[in-house]
Amino acid sequence: MSDLKKIKDEFISKLKGKLDLAELNQIKSDLFGKNGLVSSQFKKIGTIDASERKKFASDLNIIKDELQDLINLKINEIEKANINEKLEKEKIDVTLPERSFVKGKIHPVSQTIDEISSIFSEIGFSVEEGPDVENEYNNFTALNTPDNHPARDMHDTFYLDEKKERLLRTHTSPVQIRTMLKDKPPFKIIAPGRTYRSDSDQTHSPMFHQVEGLHIDKNINMGHLKGCLNYFIKEFFEVKKIKMRFRPSHFPFTEPSAEVDIGYEIKDGKIIIGEGDQWLEILGCGMVHPNVLKNVKVDPTKFQGYAFGIGIDRLAMLKYGINDLRAFFDCDYRWLNHFGFDPLDVPTNYRGLSR
Amino acid sequence: MKITFDWLKDHLKTNLKEKDLLEQLTNIGLEVESVETLSSDNQLFKVAKIIKTEKHPNADRLKVCEVNVGEKELKKVVCGATNASEGLITIYAPPGAIIPKTNTKLEIAKIRGVTSYGMLCSESELNLSDESDGITELSKKYEKNIGKSYFSKSKSNLIDLSITPNRPDCLGVKGIARDLAASGFGRLIISKEKKIKLKTKQTLKVKINKEKGQGCSAFGSCLIKNVKNTESPQWLKDKLISVGQKPISAIVDITNYVMLDINRPLHAYDADKIEKGIIVRNSKSGEKFTALDNKIYKLEKGMCVISDNKGVLGLGGIIGGTRSGTEFDTKNILLESAYFEPRSIRNTAKKLNLDTDAKFRFERGIDPLSIETGLKKAASLIQEICGGEVSKIDIQKIESYKTKIINFDVNSFENIVGFKISEKQIQRILTDLGFIIKKEKNSLKLIVPSWRPDISQQIDIIEELVRISGYDKIKTIDPIKDRSKSTLTQTQRLFHFLQRAIASKGYLETITWSFTDQSYNDHFREAGKEIKIVNPISSELGVLRNSIFSNLIMYMSKNLDRGFKDLSIFEIGPVFTGSNPGEQKTVVCGLSAGKKSRLSWIDKERNIDLFDAKRDVVQTLSEAGYNSDHFFIDSKTPNYYHPGKSGRIFLDHSKDKVAAYFGEIHPNILKKIDIKTENLIGFEIFLENLKLSRKTLKDQKLKFSVSDFQKSERDFAFVVNKDVEAQELISVISNVNPNLISNIKVFDVYEGENIPDNQKSIAISITIQSSEKTLNDKDLEKINNSIIEAVENKTGAKIRS
Repeated sequence: MSDLKKIKDEFISKLKGKLDLAELNQIKSDLFGKNGLVSSQFKKIGTIDASERKKFASDLNIIKDELQDLINLKINEIEKANINEKLEKEKIDVTLPERSFVKGKIHPVSQTIDEISSIFSEIGFSVEEGPDVENEYNNFTALNTPDNHPARDMHDTFYLDEKKERLLRTHTSPVQIRTMLKDKPPFKIIAPGRTYRSDSDQTHSPMFHQVEGLHIDKNINMGHLKGCLNYFIKEFFEVKKIKMRFRPSHFPFTEPSAEVDIGYEIKDGKIIIGEGDQWLEILGCGMVHPNVLKNVKVDPTKFQGYAFGIGIDRLAMLKYGINDLRAFFDCDYRWLNHFGFDPLDVPTNYRGLSR
Repeated sequence: MKITFDWLKDHLKTNLKEKDLLEQLTNIGLEVESVETLSSDNQLFKVAKIIKTEKHPNADRLKVCEVNVGEKELKKVVCGATNASEGLITIYAPPGAIIPKTNTKLEIAKIRGVTSYGMLCSESELNLSDESDGITELSKKYEKNIGKSYFSKSKSNLIDLSITPNRPDCLGVKGIARDLAASGFGRLIISKEKKIKLKTKQTLKVKINKEKGQGCSAFGSCLIKNVKNTESPQWLKDKLISVGQKPISAIVDITNYVMLDINRPLHAYDADKIEKGIIVRNSKSGEKFTALDNKIYKLEKGMCVISDNKGVLGLGGIIGGTRSGTEFDTKNILLESAYFEPRSIRNTAKKLNLDTDAKFRFERGIDPLSIETGLKKAASLIQEICGGEVSKIDIQKIESYKTKIINFDVNSFENIVGFKISEKQIQRILTDLGFIIKKEKNSLKLIVPSWRPDISQQIDIIEELVRISGYDKIKTIDPIKDRSKSTLTQTQRLFHFLQRAIASKGYLETITWSFTDQSYNDHFREAGKEIKIVNPISSELGVLRNSIFSNLIMYMSKNLDRGFKDLSIFEIGPVFTGSNPGEQKTVVCGLSAGKKSRLSWIDKERNIDLFDAKRDVVQTLSEAGYNSDHFFIDSKTPNYYHPGKSGRIFLDHSKDKVAAYFGEIHPNILKKIDIKTENLIGFEIFLENLKLSRKTLKDQKLKFSVSDFQKSERDFAFVVNKDVEAQELISVISNVNPNLISNIKVFDVYEGENIPDNQKSIAISITIQSSEKTLNDKDLEKINNSIIEAVENKTGAKIRS
């Protein structure tokens, strides 16, 4: 029996026994260390007869590979076993609660404003703003509501001085005036914001939100108004079809004026928008009165267009099933948490307005 | 405006049904607010007489009444009204009746142990008037009606219309009928005026003073002598009751009827109580009179009054006085039919805080040409019912009505409305509405009916035409999806970004009112101007907020009372700096209470602190695109913050405008407000103070370059005086060599043992990396020494060995 075979047999039998990592490393060193048995055999190659050298070298390499593989296999087995043993000990109760987290929320009115802006953005409206404190002229007179006009009674106004010159705007319509005074036509804007009336009961809050719309250009007529609102309502309520009714009404700053009703029905205690035979008033609108255009130095023989005003809080209530207007401003943690929106839910056209 | 279909039919010939009527009214702009079904149920309400009253055995304020309701047995009814007394004739509702006001069905009920069979009704419960003090009192004449239904058999429902302020003509049934007829809903009945003999002269002199601001431009009157004021005949009573009015006496009822029928307010005076004649004049300052509502009014100068030699008789077009009111024994009446200027009516009523039916009508504009018609209509009815002789009509005027003429371009209709109607159709509608039309070359010359004060220009005609033609004919022109201008401005984008950035850090967004409680506001007002609301909804909401904190802290406190301990809320919105438009700022204001973490199996407890707020603010600003490495922070803050535990942030060292404040709310405020929490931390970010970059974020980003050379971390500990700020050390270090020093981190601040009393140790870890090469020991040694030298020289620090 050659030396090689002897080494091989001896170590294979050794490796069959139960060995720990240290013992395996010892074997490894015995064989492949500097003066290990296999290493020594390699050193011998040069001394062997040329005729046998090739076979010897080949045999030696085979044995080397065989032993090495076996050792590596053994080492892997042990390491794996060790890890498994460790893992067994490291098992933890993952049902224990995670570290606490808090969720912030966006107020439903803010979310609704973003939804509205997103819808009108699609058809080319940009967002304008105006101050909460207004003068009497912008809020009433410029809007064709002179001080002896009974329509002023419908706006229970908060005043900031005895002369009634400064007030909290009762609607977002003064933004129309500011916008038109500032720029030249055409105008295509929406103006969401806070509005105030000294009215406070179950369905009225002294502060609420409106969005004003204004589109002035050449040849804009009531058909455009109807089309714009029809589009908006459909998009806002995310329905394919909407039952909508234009009803003649009166606002001093628009003529002809209309109130817009949408169809609804109550199904299983929930309001379904867009169908049914009940009507719900949701906004006021009309063609901007020539007197208003004259007041802002826009020539009514050249330019015309429409304006509308929508109650934002009411839209939010309808869309999200909120019953009580007063709760919007009560800051009850539970309410905000329930009706609020995740800040990552930015209403966009491509992702959809709401989830 | 309350009407019935039956009354409408006095003026309108139609075969259509009530259902169609309701739809048509709304379609032409006379919005149906509600329809009250009176017909089936109101027959249950009976005229009844209280025979006997006794005190309720178990309740001091209640009475047990035995009531004759026309049946064999008396009904026992428990009643709380003070005027329920023996012999009173009133209205009885049996069990099963539905009370109109409350819409509740009556049942036999035990009231404090005594069974009550039905109820005695007040006028307000029957929707007859607002009178809710006591039960209805009917006159002795109703004695014969005991047991009979109080309401006549009405076939018609009560329709309540919401008439817009531009349509005074529709405050009369006839005006509504005219509109309906124009829209094709039947035909207007032109009723002939009843001929009455007007023999005698009107002997009571009437004079309108020509003075500045005279609110009366015409005063028509006639005298009716030897009348016998009585109860109205059943048809008239029924008519008034059918629209919810309570009959009073024939003369009053007739004037009310004429007002409701053709919107012509009238006033009847007891002519014998007028001293010498009528003078219509401006009031003098301090003049007093007792009005028909039994209140004494003190007048200001310049109000339009009807007076006689003795003084004020009434406020023209608003309310009459008690002195000259008609009674059942009135013999001679002066009937007034006048025109009062809307502006004058409005001013007077506003100053005296008076609201009457007449005022409501006059301030919207009465038909100036209805003076005579109204007088004749009422006079003939009075004569018919009360007898007497009617004098000739006297009309005093200081101004004549001028006919309004509009030239109407027929094409303008389509231009505004978007669809077309024929000229024939236009002419028909306008004629039906009472216009007189003269066809001209390119237009129609229109004479506006005198009852339409709202019509003065072309657009008003277009409105009439589209309203009557039907809004359903307006086409729906789909909008074009095209955008030529960005939707939001840069500031608006920043607003929305900050809003969602703060919310994403665990804050609940709130929206609170722009006004607040003065006492709360004062805590946060500093030197700011207090902006009072003249007419606040309540004294607790009396001022515009100078800071959002006042509201947030109030609502935070409420939430803590609800049992929530750890809470972060914020609002983004206006605060006010003055009472002029534009004197407002947009602020993002946040408030956090309680603990950042409560004891749990994994985390230690920790109160929320100012560094939480600082992180939220700095992170938000950084996310919004501001480089936090440039921020400058100091501790000068408003006095509502804790003086030692608050700071302000500038976007850079130029310290131009304060970007934000953060810190603990001052303990004194917490004490005063009595808010109970472990800690209360707030911040304010000032939107308008955040400089907007001219470059877009994408243009601001330079070429992407990073260093892959090895970095080294070196730790230093410096001992400095306590008043030296960490920011100063960091600033000094980063200036040593900005190319090599890539990160500076404070990892420990220590005061106490081994450190002198007024000093502290600040430990800093510095990352050093070159973008050109791997630094060797010599390079590192050099920079280390430079750092130590710079810090020691500039801050007086000593390196800790």
